[in-house]
Amino acid sequence: MVTLTIDRKQISVPEGTTILDAAKSSGIPIPSLCYLKEINEIGACRVCVVEMEGKDKLITACNNVVEDGMVLYTNSPKVREVRRTNVEFILSQHDSHCASCVRSGNCALQTISNDLGITSEPYEKFLTHTPWKKDFPLIRDYAKCIKCMRCVQICDKVQSLNVWDISNTGSHTTVDVSHNRRIEDADCSLCGQCITHCPVGALRERDDTQKMFEILADPEKITVVQVAPAVRAAWGEALGLPREKATMGRLVAAMRRIGFNHIFDTNFSADLTIMEEGSEFIARMKNHSLDRYPMFTSCCPGWVRFLKSQYPELVPQLSSAKSPQQMFGSVIKSYYAEMLGVAPEKIFSVSVMPCTAKKGEAELPSMNSAGAGQDVDLVLTTREIVRMIRAEHILVEDLPEEACDLPLGIGTGAGVIFGATGGVMEAALRTAAYMVTGKNPDPDSFKEIRGMDGWKEAVFDLSGTPIRVAVASGLGNARRLIRALRRGDVHYDFVEIMACPGGCVGGGGQPIHDSEELAETRAENLYGLDRISNLRFSHENPSIQKIYREYFHQPLSEKSHHLLHTDHEAWEMPSAPSLELDPSEYLW
Amino acid sequence: MNRLTIASTNQAQVVVEGLYKDLERRIVASPPGLCPVDMAASFLKLCHAQTCGKCVPCRVGLSQLEKLLEDVLTGKATMETVDLIEKTARVIVASADCAIGYEAANMVLKSVRGNREDYEEHVHNGRCTCSLNQPVPCVALCPARVDIPGYIALVSKGRYADAVRLIRKDNPFPTACALICEHPCEARCRRNMIDDSVNIRGLKQYAVDHAGVVPAPANAPSTGKRVAIVGGGPGGLSAAYYLQLMGHHAVIFEKQPKLGGMLRYGIPNYRLPRKRLEEDIDIILSTGVEVHTGVSIGEQMSVADLRQEYDAVYIAIGAHTDKKVGIPGEDSKNVISAVEMLRNIGNDVMPDFTGKRVAVIGGGNVAMDEARSSVRLGAESVCVAYRRRKVDMTALPEEVEGAIAEGCDILELQAPTRIEADEEGNVCALWVQPQIIGPVGRDGRPGPQKANKEEKRVPVDIVIVAIGQGIASQHFAEHGVPVKRGVIDAMQTSGVESVPGVFAGGDCVTGPATVIRAIAAGKVAAANIDEYLGFHHSISCDVEIPQARLDDRPPCGRVNMAELSAEERKHNFEPFECGMTEQEACQESSRCLRCDHFGYGVFKGGRVIKW
Repeated sequence: MVTLTIDRKQISVPEGTTILDAAKSSGIPIPSLCYLKEINEIGACRVCVVEMEGKDKLITACNNVVEDGMVLYTNSPKVREVRRTNVEFILSQHDSHCASCVRSGNCALQTISNDLGITSEPYEKFLTHTPWKKDFPLIRDYAKCIKCMRCVQICDKVQSLNVWDISNTGSHTTVDVSHNRRIEDADCSLCGQCITHCPVGALRERDDTQKMFEILADPEKITVVQVAPAVRAAWGEALGLPREKATMGRLVAAMRRIGFNHIFDTNFSADLTIMEEGSEFIARMKNHSLDRYPMFTSCCPGWVRFLKSQYPELVPQLSSAKSPQQMFGSVIKSYYAEMLGVAPEKIFSVSVMPCTAKKGEAELPSMNSAGAGQDVDLVLTTREIVRMIRAEHILVEDLPEEACDLPLGIGTGAGVIFGATGGVMEAALRTAAYMVTGKNPDPDSFKEIRGMDGWKEAVFDLSGTPIRVAVASGLGNARRLIRALRRGDVHYDFVEIMACPGGCVGGGGQPIHDSEELAETRAENLYGLDRISNLRFSHENPSIQKIYREYFHQPLSEKSHHLLHTDHEAWEMPSAPSLELDPSEYLW
Repeated sequence: MNRLTIASTNQAQVVVEGLYKDLERRIVASPPGLCPVDMAASFLKLCHAQTCGKCVPCRVGLSQLEKLLEDVLTGKATMETVDLIEKTARVIVASADCAIGYEAANMVLKSVRGNREDYEEHVHNGRCTCSLNQPVPCVALCPARVDIPGYIALVSKGRYADAVRLIRKDNPFPTACALICEHPCEARCRRNMIDDSVNIRGLKQYAVDHAGVVPAPANAPSTGKRVAIVGGGPGGLSAAYYLQLMGHHAVIFEKQPKLGGMLRYGIPNYRLPRKRLEEDIDIILSTGVEVHTGVSIGEQMSVADLRQEYDAVYIAIGAHTDKKVGIPGEDSKNVISAVEMLRNIGNDVMPDFTGKRVAVIGGGNVAMDEARSSVRLGAESVCVAYRRRKVDMTALPEEVEGAIAEGCDILELQAPTRIEADEEGNVCALWVQPQIIGPVGRDGRPGPQKANKEEKRVPVDIVIVAIGQGIASQHFAEHGVPVKRGVIDAMQTSGVESVPGVFAGGDCVTGPATVIRAIAAGKVAAANIDEYLGFHHSISCDVEIPQARLDDRPPCGRVNMAELSAEERKHNFEPFECGMTEQEACQESSRCLRCDHFGYGVFKGGRVIKW
């Protein structure tokens, strides 16, 4: 233990504790801005400075550890002056038109500036205006970037993609796409982790809410919307709803108020995915195409983009099954259009997703199997649907819960856990076990692969055949796993990968909480929904049974190949730059 | 009425003079990879502040140039702007009245011509092609990327063995480098911005002198792969060490009777004592390297044989052949090549120069080694004939000063023209033609030209030719290893493009260079041979680096290492550099600014923990 004095209060903390954590543990919060625990501890913003007795220079609390006998002041006149001035410096390079910023009210810079009582900006403003492809799913606003480097670090350390980097030097230093590329030419997975870790509004998703309102106002269009599993576990956070009130039913009610015509649940197509992917897995096992490398899940478009750019030779190992979003899209514009008796062109297919990569996926040229334009016309992130609810001034707390429409509004507990890391694998194994043995296993028999570990593995017995599975979330973990596979250190039959740490619950389209990771809490919510669900096997979903009876006949049929599967090679993904040093191999 | 006053500097001028010094040191410590446009614009601003304002091109033109460069930096420029910058600079160069103007514009001209690509990137994409990709200056400038802030921190904590372990992660010659490394790491040390660079080599020396015997880490399980290494110098031994650690079996073929290459056969004992060299070699060999000395590849065996018998081959033969001056009389008796003499000394065959007058031809470090060795071998007088000025010598200044202190005479601006022999064919004099230093050549160095003076006769008994070394690459060329202008043509990865499985590095690829570059090449080769053999071993070190101290860093002088006096040292081959005291090492290590923790280092590039 180390004993030190902070603001005249003597405290003892374990050796190696940072000053920031030491102060926090004794009830002295030190403000910070660029700091992101274990990811960005670089002392860039100089907001967390403290004064050390006897030393002239102030030190940062975020990345310096306590020493025995240290005497620190967190609010001395010098600290006060320096902290405030540094925030004023940051503001002089920040476009602070807060009223038109998506992060207003949820902005770390706004908070610290308000906290410090800054009411005017003494320094002349210098803003960077660099053009950006405005229809790209990921938007960077250079004038708002405060160069905290969090996006660079998240992309390097967690996602191992190094899409962002410092650009220029000296006073012209900014953050930009690395290797002097444009974003559309970069191997960005579109995971959106940089967005959810940006303290200000410099990074955001392309806002499609106004386009959505225009469509809703068009009497010629029938809007059919699907809501992804992870959305229900997070949407209420940004509206201040307690978790028990922020239910799927209340979200459905709010969306009906907004005017969506048919509201469905992506859980349905998650179940459909399981039928197809599970069957495909069993078939691939049988024909030995998994002897060297496993089959990879394909429901995460961030992961698919990653694999295509980083390890293109492994793309054939991806399941050919479309993601639940895209399966739903093609079902809506074929099966459901027939059911409604309308031309599919009249249908406007929308999805609400915890994800930014889904915007990119919906726009892929190959995602139009139903033959009526894109199968999914528009993707809204969780944050966007929340903004629409706010724009409509709907008092969600008072809304009675409403059910999804039928028949595509029915999903199982197996479908809902798609939103958490390990969920797809678990759901697939539940049904695969049924497919192989003809009877249902205990639905909780695969729970070994739940939890927030970045790389989990297990072996399950499937009627005498050991199935070696692995689950990874976060692309850095995915890269480690693939490296191990290629080296031959590990062998798996089936691997689930999600680009975002914790899976879709931690998705790049989810509500943002500065310096707080909520994936685990949200995942608990989904596993809770599975636990209380009457249906916990995808193959027991009555709507799934119906659609196979009436339309697809059986998994992997010709029709399902046409509508539910895709060719991952049918579109081009910018490849990874060839680097002398692989950033993830080195601890920077 | 007084007619004259004594000029005195006013207080304002004193402050400005101080700032000039600050700026000089700051430029020395300039990090690599800065935006060339931004630097040109910044320098120009300084230059413009120096203008007297009299002549138009300097007063107005430089202002306009500043504005145009700013436009490039702020994304307001077009390609016409870049052309306009070039034209404007050209006009100022051609017409400013004094050097303040035309040299300022010349800097811009050099920049816009030399870095045109970068100007265009700014115009087209609003950004720079450069980036700070390795921001810890000392690590960035060390070819082997040794974790310098890390080991300095360990020295300051008294953890000398850990310091050695950490150094060995990237360089298996901590002792040799502690004594003779040219320390490129110190060149841009950020401490220069405060006072002076940290004495990095001195701290390394303190570490190795106080670490005791530090065993090598354990080898990885054997892979069964065998790698032949041609040459047992620093490069070959480094590659062998890392290959062994990775679990491969390294087999060294060394032509000479002993290992060490130029460390033994090029560097005299007084700079690198043999027994200190053995310390490094012993540890390297302790990993299980197989050594065959006295085997010349090209005579007893061919490189083709090696390629057949081994899974990979690393060629690290160095540069050990003589170069001739090409003057009449060079074949006289007692004309000795530097390589030959140092090789003999390396094999403990000491020539006796007692009472002899020695002339050394050359101006590099080897020439200084020859001169200083000659003093120690009892020469009556030693002179060094060099066709340029003393300041133009490529030898380190301290080597030149050391030689002078030991009584060597530097004959600067004297080009050797012929060697005169007596009737028995023995050297009796070196004739030199006095030179005048002249215009600066394309290499940026002022060139010598014949002075209008008579040739001079310097009576001598021995002439030592030390004008550089060549590479014995012919055998390799004959066996299909590509050779370009006498050096083996290997890639940056040390692979030889047309011959899979054959790698080459060090002096035989770059031409004569430094020990640390050869070591770095050996490290690169080991990594890429490992990949070539189908493995991905990594070399790391589990030493925990002490936290950076949070003290203020007031200016403090640099501790330089003491040397024995010329009189004490010049009669023997014993080392004369005295290591730091504990007090000195403690103070010097505390001068390190820990760029791995402060500044950009903590963000990116602070520490490469494995390779």
